[in-house]
Amino acid sequence: MNTTSNSSSFHRPIASDCQPGQRFYVRVLRQDGPRKRRYWQRFALEYEADMNCISVLQRIAENPRTDDGRDVAPVAWECNCLEEVCGACTMLINGWVRQACTALVAQLLQDRPGEIELRPMTKFPVLRDLVVDRSRIFAILEKILAWVPVDSYYDLGPGPRQSQEAQQMAYLYSKCMSCGCCLEACPQFLKIELEYREGETPEAYNARLRTANMRAYIGSHAIAQVELFNSNPIGAMNATERLDALVAEGGIQVCGNSQNCVRVCPKGIPLTTAIARAGRAATRHIFRKWFDR
Amino acid sequence: MAKPSVMIVGGGLAGMAAAMKLAELDCEVAVMSLTPLKRSHSACAQGGINSVNNLTRQLGDNEGKHFEDTVYGGDFLQHQPPVKEMADWAPRIINLMDRLGVTFNRTPEGFRDQRRFGGTLYRRTAFAGATTGQQLLYALDEQVRRWEVAGKLRKFEDWDFLGPILDEQGRLRGCVGQDMITMRIRAFPADALILAVGGCGLLFGRSTNSMACNGSAASRAFQAGARYANGEFVQVHPTAIPGADKLRLISESARGEGGRIWVPRKPQDPRPPTRIPENQRYYFLEERYPQYGNLLPRDIATREIFKVCLTEGLSVETDRMCVYLDVTALPREVLDQKLAGILEIYERFQGADPRVTPMKIFPAVHYSMGGLWCDFEANAAGGLNVGSPRNQHTNVPGIFAIGECDYQFHGANRLGANSLVACLFSGLTVAPGVVAYSDNLPGGDARDQTAALYDRATAKYQAEYKALLARPDGGPNPYRLHTELGQLMTRIATVVRHNAELADGYGKICAMEEKARACSLADHGEWANQNVVFLRALQDMFPLAKTIVKGALARDECRGAHYKPEFEMPAVEATDPAERRRQAEAWCERFADNNRRWLKSTVAAWSSDGEPQISYEEVDTRLVRPRPRLYGVVGGDVIEQVWKERERTAKAKAEAVPSASERGPG
Repeated sequence: MNTTSNSSSFHRPIASDCQPGQRFYVRVLRQDGPRKRRYWQRFALEYEADMNCISVLQRIAENPRTDDGRDVAPVAWECNCLEEVCGACTMLINGWVRQACTALVAQLLQDRPGEIELRPMTKFPVLRDLVVDRSRIFAILEKILAWVPVDSYYDLGPGPRQSQEAQQMAYLYSKCMSCGCCLEACPQFLKIELEYREGETPEAYNARLRTANMRAYIGSHAIAQVELFNSNPIGAMNATERLDALVAEGGIQVCGNSQNCVRVCPKGIPLTTAIARAGRAATRHIFRKWFDR
Repeated sequence: MAKPSVMIVGGGLAGMAAAMKLAELDCEVAVMSLTPLKRSHSACAQGGINSVNNLTRQLGDNEGKHFEDTVYGGDFLQHQPPVKEMADWAPRIINLMDRLGVTFNRTPEGFRDQRRFGGTLYRRTAFAGATTGQQLLYALDEQVRRWEVAGKLRKFEDWDFLGPILDEQGRLRGCVGQDMITMRIRAFPADALILAVGGCGLLFGRSTNSMACNGSAASRAFQAGARYANGEFVQVHPTAIPGADKLRLISESARGEGGRIWVPRKPQDPRPPTRIPENQRYYFLEERYPQYGNLLPRDIATREIFKVCLTEGLSVETDRMCVYLDVTALPREVLDQKLAGILEIYERFQGADPRVTPMKIFPAVHYSMGGLWCDFEANAAGGLNVGSPRNQHTNVPGIFAIGECDYQFHGANRLGANSLVACLFSGLTVAPGVVAYSDNLPGGDARDQTAALYDRATAKYQAEYKALLARPDGGPNPYRLHTELGQLMTRIATVVRHNAELADGYGKICAMEEKARACSLADHGEWANQNVVFLRALQDMFPLAKTIVKGALARDECRGAHYKPEFEMPAVEATDPAERRRQAEAWCERFADNNRRWLKSTVAAWSSDGEPQISYEEVDTRLVRPRPRLYGVVGGDVIEQVWKERERTAKAKAEAVPSASERGPG
């Protein structure tokens, strides 16, 4: 399943040429706040066993001094699980979108000796340094009704039986951690960053942002989620509503089939398979609607 | 009656289970979390979730056995009614998760598949690959989103909980939080506050926990008057892989599916593990514990791995302690369909394929059995009166605690795959109790409180925040101090504990606490300042660290995860039958004595002088009488025999007494 994915080339045996104490540099693209000026800073670090980009940022926090000796604010970044199941620490590392926790320093230095480059994702508004606002991803999940609409949480017995094959397919889709790698790599998915209008309240601003988010392209993660919920026996009961969302403005028709998404997905989700299947379902849905008029 | 307004802090499994149930019960729900809900630490739970099921039932299993395994595995330190109720609910909870679309693995006939886990002899654990926690978390995140779209629930993601707001009678009226991006501090009026804030693994520096598990929210509630119980019971998971930033868990499911732990019989055998023949491998858990083998309760497996490496010098490597966890003999489809998630983690972080070469693992701090003290109301059957406002209620009126941050379910040691079920159970069942509590609150509900109450609270935290920002430069660095605290806690308060080290360590922690008050910030800005959030969390680690160490120092016994060699029970090693029996009797006598002294929950209260005050609470053992935990104890057979005889005699006596009193005076 993983053979077409770039993630498999990230994760290969480590050649251990890195020695503890070996010096290397980390260049970070910084930004103090939304729409502020961007600037680079470089930090010198010493290699430690099992070092990844998280421990790089932790060492910088412990000693926030650039390689030319200036004391600076520690780099802001997002992280939580540190084992690539939460999706928080997604950023551009040596130009590739991926999680910082699984980006091992030894491998990075092997590919590009001496220096590692860290940048924030480019398709989401920067909040500070490497922290970006990815709330749009979750707004898209609202748009496509990404849930199983059960009657209630009272005890109504087990769920429907499923084949092993159906479970294995659903499991692939349900591992999506909403990290945004597929969106970063997608040429059709464009950044939305609004500025406050004069005298605008936060509520009005948020409403405007929401409208913009809802109209723009949903991306392949969401298309895979439509597949996931429409293939679930209970979720299938409102498949029509999800298909409506799938063919609405910003829907599957925007996909340009570049297939970048599947190459960068860290979880090996078969995103292009999902796009192909959902595309067929969407076409049927449009025809059915047309004939039912 | 107005709808109750409920603030939930923490958006992992427990918090989201409570949120969706409260939304269903038509409450006004808000959830505050350090991370987006979907990125919570529950995602790290790998192996599965326990419940009795149709298959195990026909093999002799039932809810009572799940309950018994849990209290036996926990060394009888938990109050039994909540555990019984949890075991009774477990099958229903899994059914609900199944309906919500959790991708549980299936049997060829389409039923949910189950695997075996530690501390039980039944295949009781349902699972979704090796990322069960992630899958459950996502199903709940989806439900919470559904309620959010319906306008029944609001989320405050990337917010830091600063403290509860109590009125003059000490009743909860809301809480204060800070937006970690804009740094805005505001009050949230609420009728009830549910803390679902997880564990505190970060007190130990590196652990299997996520970065949000810093214990700060629990500590802030503790410092505001909530009691903290059994803090000294910290689970160290037997199998984790080392890392510079984190110790990553390799789930018990690797052993549940047949993975075996071993070391070369020849110390530090230089050959690659696959070249070491079978007879030169020491499968020490299987040899020492033939019944449970590799699937012992975690505390015991951890101590054995420690012993093999430290005392017996059999660590695989010379300069680093580790043992082999070997899944290379398992069928390829088991590895790919049931364990892929964890094998990937090993592969990605260690750069070696565990399908072909055994993994190198070592124990790591994993789970807090202790946590905020909370109440319960038992019913006549010895379970819970579900819907009672006493359930999961801390000693502060209006503050509830659920999930890993409560102390209710796991006693002195948690069994594998019981954490997910405890989170979901406490989250789903706290909801009706919270509604009952919020009905007819003395002094009205949150809307009836004065604005001044909330303004005062906001002003207090605002002033503290400003004071932190204004700290002078040149003080200690908070990140380095955290590393120092973590190293100390790992050394003195994990697998093996000694009173001298604990006493000395307590003093060092107090000194570090002092040092933390002088820490400087490298960032004085007022936008997305992670530095100030971290320093505040660090300061709040010390009250919990002191509580853990003080509780451990006071508890002079061995129980579950708390192990002091000085107080270990002797083995029955005599061969002469009469002497064996005498030793076993002495053993049982000492065991009974020890239980009279120590079968008690530690309950800490924070006092104004900055010290935890410790008292003890009797454990409710109304359903199953505590008995020796004899997994692999030398002479366990004769001890068990003597113990059963003692119990029979005690029972006969107890039955004789009430009949005497029934005869009445004269």
